[in-house]
Amino acid sequence: MLDTLLRCLAALVVMLTFPLIIGQTEHKVMAHMQGRLGPMYAGGFHGWAQLVADGVKFAQKEDIVPAGADRRVFQLAPAVALLPYLLVLLAVPVGPHGFVGQAIDAGIFFVLAVMGIGVLGSLMAGWASANKFSLLGGLRTAAQLMSYELPMLLAGASVAMAAGTLSLPGIMDAFHWWWIPWQAIGAFVFFTAGLAELQRPPFDMPVADSEIIFGAYTEYTGLRFALFLLSEYAGILVLCALTAVLFLGGWHGPLPDSLGWLWTLLKTFALAFVVIWARVTFPRLREDQLMRFAWTVLIPLALLQLALTGIIKVAISQ
Amino acid sequence: MSSLLAAAAGSLAPASRGFLSPTGVEIVFVLVGLAVLGSALISVTTRQLVHAALWLVVALGGLAVEFLLLTAEFVAWVQVLIYLGSVVVLVLFGLMLTKAPIGRSPDADSGNRWVALGVALATAGTLVTLVVDAFRTSWIDLGAGGGSTAVTGASLFRYWVLPFEALSVLLLAALVGAIVISRTGKGGAKPRAGRLRTARPPAAQRPGRATAAPEQQER
Repeated sequence: MLDTLLRCLAALVVMLTFPLIIGQTEHKVMAHMQGRLGPMYAGGFHGWAQLVADGVKFAQKEDIVPAGADRRVFQLAPAVALLPYLLVLLAVPVGPHGFVGQAIDAGIFFVLAVMGIGVLGSLMAGWASANKFSLLGGLRTAAQLMSYELPMLLAGASVAMAAGTLSLPGIMDAFHWWWIPWQAIGAFVFFTAGLAELQRPPFDMPVADSEIIFGAYTEYTGLRFALFLLSEYAGILVLCALTAVLFLGGWHGPLPDSLGWLWTLLKTFALAFVVIWARVTFPRLREDQLMRFAWTVLIPLALLQLALTGIIKVAISQ
Repeated sequence: MSSLLAAAAGSLAPASRGFLSPTGVEIVFVLVGLAVLGSALISVTTRQLVHAALWLVVALGGLAVEFLLLTAEFVAWVQVLIYLGSVVVLVLFGLMLTKAPIGRSPDADSGNRWVALGVALATAGTLVTLVVDAFRTSWIDLGAGGGSTAVTGASLFRYWVLPFEALSVLLLAALVGAIVISRTGKGGAKPRAGRLRTARPPAAQRPGRATAAPEQQER
């Protein structure tokens, strides 16, 4: 009982700190890549206090609910958007020998299923705001997530097929280094589709701030808006950790087993850097390009990976 | 594997314990069941369309918890993935397209409500009678892992593979049917959104409403 409690607490602490670290990294990386001066001054060295200043700013802003909004749904939406990621974090294995919040029998299935719930938060926010831009954003979110969930599931299924198990620690135990080239297409599909699920640039049509002024989040202020931001960064953490575990071998690396968690963290943060990098360098896709990319590129690629996995799996077992 | 399957089915021995000596799990089961029933009732009686869909989320999520309590882990996650992640999202998507208003919808009442209540009660009565009659005093001991992915997969693809395949053919037929129905117009040669803009005539030459009518018929 105490063990379970401690594990939940650890997941909560990770949930509350790591997304902030990713946020801070994003500030700095974007500042360097785009020559932004603003985020480099607050607090002296390299603008370390910028995130603190952001936090204070969010906390002191007034919490407004629009008069025409559906109050309770409007207020609940940020929590619905954030909670699934916390649940997912519980199931992601960090190191060998049970270094995982809760080993779940059908781990990969659980993770993908629960991540799909986060969309409800955006939908609730979009509808309850009583704002046409928010409604548009909500509709776009729903359409985007429906179409990108399929390639993500297919890519995940390919790994599960290769390992012969749905359990995340089980997949890690079955891992060999040559899985990385073998599952490379799946890794690309999974990571890209995940990026689209998180509505990160270049797939940020639902929040396009210059077009539909932040979509579902237009009416949110203060802490509730910060919660949405937090759920975005938590989403990055979860996606990168999952990609590292499923496709890059998680805790496997040159160092001995006891330092396995270090590898998972390193891989996760390297991927998080890629996510930020993509935000800085790619222009936003148009809505129809976005849909075409999912249905004509990612899904065929995922099916190809699935076929490849099946063929090699059969060839090995003979 | 057969021992696993036996564990999944549990022993169907007659109840050796009293009728009212609930364990913690059973109490939680009943409480969650009441919550599911309550949210299901609200979902069909509320006059706010989107609220109905959101209460449906609560009811379906509660059902997933019930599956978990019955150790049917895999079914619970399937419930979350398909019903919460896809079906409800589609319902909400559809509701938003119909411009579901915030607040009460005056036309959300149905004249069939008493008939619907009767059908619902009859269905529930039949099911409850059936289940009670089938099991009577037998007692299933739910072992951990009885509904795990391995057991579910093994029984699905070993003993129930024919119904499974029949279902997938049915789904494929439905999919093909849906595509055919959605393309009944002209061979689906609609211009893409990007080209539409460049092909549109300038404002002065744009045809009026009367001449635009055939364009609408095309759809």
